[in-house]
Amino acid sequence: MHLVPGLEEQLPALTPQEAIVESNRCLFCFDAPCTHACPTHIDIPRFIKKIATDNLLGSAKTILEANLLGATCARVCPVQELCEGACVLGSEHRPIPIGRLQRHSMDDAYARGVPRIFKTAARTGKKIAVIGAGPAGLSCAGELAKRGHAVTVFERRDLGGGLSTYGIISLREPVDIALAEVEMIRALGVEFRAGVEFGRELSLTELQVDFDAVFVSAGLGATPLLGIPGEESIVDGLAYIEQSKLDLRNLQVGREVVVIGAGNTAIDCATIAKRQGAERVTIVYRRSEAEMSAYGHEYDFAKKEGVEFRFLTQPVEVMTDAKRVTGLVCVSTELGEPDGSGRRSPREVPDSRFVLAADQVVKAIGQEKLSIAAALGIVTERGFIQVNDNFETSVQGIYAGGDCIRTRGASSTVMAVQDGKLAAAAMHSRLTWPI
Amino acid sequence: MADLSINFAGIRSPNPFWLASAPPTNSGAQIHKAFEAGWGGAVWKTIGAPVLNVSNRYGAWHYGGQRMLAINNVELISDRPIEINLREIAEVKRAWPDRAVVVSAMVESKPQAWADIVRRIEDTGADGIELNYGCPHGMSERGMGSAVGQDPQYCEEITGWVMSAAKLPVIVKLTPNITNIVVPAKAAVAAGANALSLINTLNSIVGVDLETLEITPSIGGKGGHGGYAGPAVKPIALNMLSALGVDETVAGSKKPISGMGGISTWKDAAEFLLLGASSLQVCTAVMHYGYRIIEDLCDGLSNWMDAKGFTNIREVTGKSLPRISDFKHFDLAFRAVARIDAASCIKCNLCYVACNDTAHQCIDLVAANGELVQPGAYDVRSNGRQEAVGTRAQPRVREQDCVGCRLCYNVCPVEACIRMVELPPVRPASTWDEISRGRPEVTEDWQAMERYRDELGIRIH
Repeated sequence: MHLVPGLEEQLPALTPQEAIVESNRCLFCFDAPCTHACPTHIDIPRFIKKIATDNLLGSAKTILEANLLGATCARVCPVQELCEGACVLGSEHRPIPIGRLQRHSMDDAYARGVPRIFKTAARTGKKIAVIGAGPAGLSCAGELAKRGHAVTVFERRDLGGGLSTYGIISLREPVDIALAEVEMIRALGVEFRAGVEFGRELSLTELQVDFDAVFVSAGLGATPLLGIPGEESIVDGLAYIEQSKLDLRNLQVGREVVVIGAGNTAIDCATIAKRQGAERVTIVYRRSEAEMSAYGHEYDFAKKEGVEFRFLTQPVEVMTDAKRVTGLVCVSTELGEPDGSGRRSPREVPDSRFVLAADQVVKAIGQEKLSIAAALGIVTERGFIQVNDNFETSVQGIYAGGDCIRTRGASSTVMAVQDGKLAAAAMHSRLTWPI
Repeated sequence: MADLSINFAGIRSPNPFWLASAPPTNSGAQIHKAFEAGWGGAVWKTIGAPVLNVSNRYGAWHYGGQRMLAINNVELISDRPIEINLREIAEVKRAWPDRAVVVSAMVESKPQAWADIVRRIEDTGADGIELNYGCPHGMSERGMGSAVGQDPQYCEEITGWVMSAAKLPVIVKLTPNITNIVVPAKAAVAAGANALSLINTLNSIVGVDLETLEITPSIGGKGGHGGYAGPAVKPIALNMLSALGVDETVAGSKKPISGMGGISTWKDAAEFLLLGASSLQVCTAVMHYGYRIIEDLCDGLSNWMDAKGFTNIREVTGKSLPRISDFKHFDLAFRAVARIDAASCIKCNLCYVACNDTAHQCIDLVAANGELVQPGAYDVRSNGRQEAVGTRAQPRVREQDCVGCRLCYNVCPVEACIRMVELPPVRPASTWDEISRGRPEVTEDWQAMERYRDELGIRIH
């Protein structure tokens, strides 16, 4: 396991004793709300009671049957908004720590080596291409391989895992966990081809010739431009996180760091800066606390880390001196009518310019939509790939899932896993019926 | 403040709680410590025949994360030299004149052996003698312990030998490893015993080690039945206690009964008193938590007695015995239904699954709009706390179909969420006994039964 100084996994593993106590505390609800709340509908009481009965192998299998990326989800899921938030014990007492129990089972399974829990079905002779080895792609690939299809995953980057590998702060998920999951999917017979970029080294037409179906799970693009002077001196938030995970030694962290944006990625960037020695870390956001997209628990976490927040503050220029950042010019904003995202839109307060001291500015303001979809002739909706209930795009045989189809609402790893799983089921029925 | 003191067959103690004859009463030093903690009495760990003990002598049954719901043991009677025991008994009694010091005894089944042990015990100044006719392991293989308790004739004969030798009150301790506890109790009464105590431990094998396939606990690779005690045996003890309390001969003899078998809290204690005990013995709970539990045993019992208006233990003893009856005398027209309090219900649906899988299928899941829903009927794309909690249906009892079996009440994890509500009867009171006497054919022939049901409008579903 990589140890990342200052960014070690935040929550310690449950001890076996804690796991037993907590698993026994679970009421074993019938048709449980935690299971409903889980986007992949893991049979949570079942896997928890298997911990209580000392059947950890069965527990891991219960999790992985519903969610092949159970180890990642155990760590990165916003459990307060999902399973644990729905726990019947939450209202008057303390919910069951479902995420940590899931991690307990997953850690046990991975400690025995790459889990080989599933038998793959007889070969169907069908070939399926998956574009992108992130959570949606891995889930889809694994589910299809279980059903006997020959799956090839094409990945632009060197490593599989997508955001789990490159974009989730080590504090929440160490890289090894994501890579071990890739190995588990590989062990199901999935072929991985890294360093192949769809739309560049690989065309849709080629895929349509060589494969019976395609699943596009290419995620989203780069961080968009703010369009302000001095932007070239701004550090990209996703690159910041990536370097903190894979190349921490060379990560440059300023003394006074300003992070632009107030989503979960912004909070991750701020946390990294704080933990890696920045004296002062400030998040600036052009709307107010109420509109920020970070989860409440992430916001609380950042505040505890000592991160400062400047709401209703819009950056307008990065001040530099010989390419060295010296400050961030901002204006104050006030909120007007709701915009297309349903949130109240900010407008500048006249004569409110001020300068925030900064020697590093990081932006984490979301990701751009994929440009290739439209280029390939797939119908998009507000830049996202449009799919039907079966996750099929406007082009027959081309399916899609994950962040690239998330037209609205929060996107998360676990939702991507569910997309991949449901798409796999739909692709399987299409490819095998009628036999 | 209620008076907790008792006079049990002439044995006095400041409260009804005695340590049962067991490891907690193995030595004078221990009993000094227990009395300092407040125990009203102690029944000295059985003295008598020479023995040797083994390691791994205690097993236990754990459940759902709770340790030691019951203990199981193959420990024999005291393995300390009898002279040391007798000397310490005398010392303890001298130091604690107000506490009950009872000595448990078990010797070979010979009149002289019993006469000798009785004399030696009486020389210590102890307050009473308890005859251990219950030990189910080891000693019974040598014709002692439960071998005596299981044979009424033997029980009566040996008790007779003791009674002819003893001046102190004699308590006969009964084994529960018998079909009908009343039979040996009657034998003890017939032999003139001054009091009874029950229950001793139950025969048990506590488990098998799934790694080694050995019996738990493994004694050098072997295992065997041991004596089972603790919270798990309480209902068995209460039943046997009440069986003595409602038996004409035993109850008529007015012999006091010392109750034991899983007493862990003051509530358990109160139940034993209500079913006829007038002194109480405790072992497993002390082995689990130490002598300190005596404080709440007394405090809780006293507070409850004050709240209920009981001023002394005598007023409590046997107070619930008149409620003990038999099925044939239960009113068949009595009706109760379960009612779920939606405000306190946490929607765990344990009542729903219990009722629908194993009882009478009369709990429904009702959506906010009043429609009935099936479990798990949500779309696979539905997720999140808001949706899961916001759309969660409420379990509700269909009262017209509820037979009032009380299973849901028992599985509900929320205190006072499900209540059993008594409904006014819709037909006159009647008992099986009355039917058997007045309409015997109903009890023998299904068609007659059906006619009877039709007459009274009894619907079975």
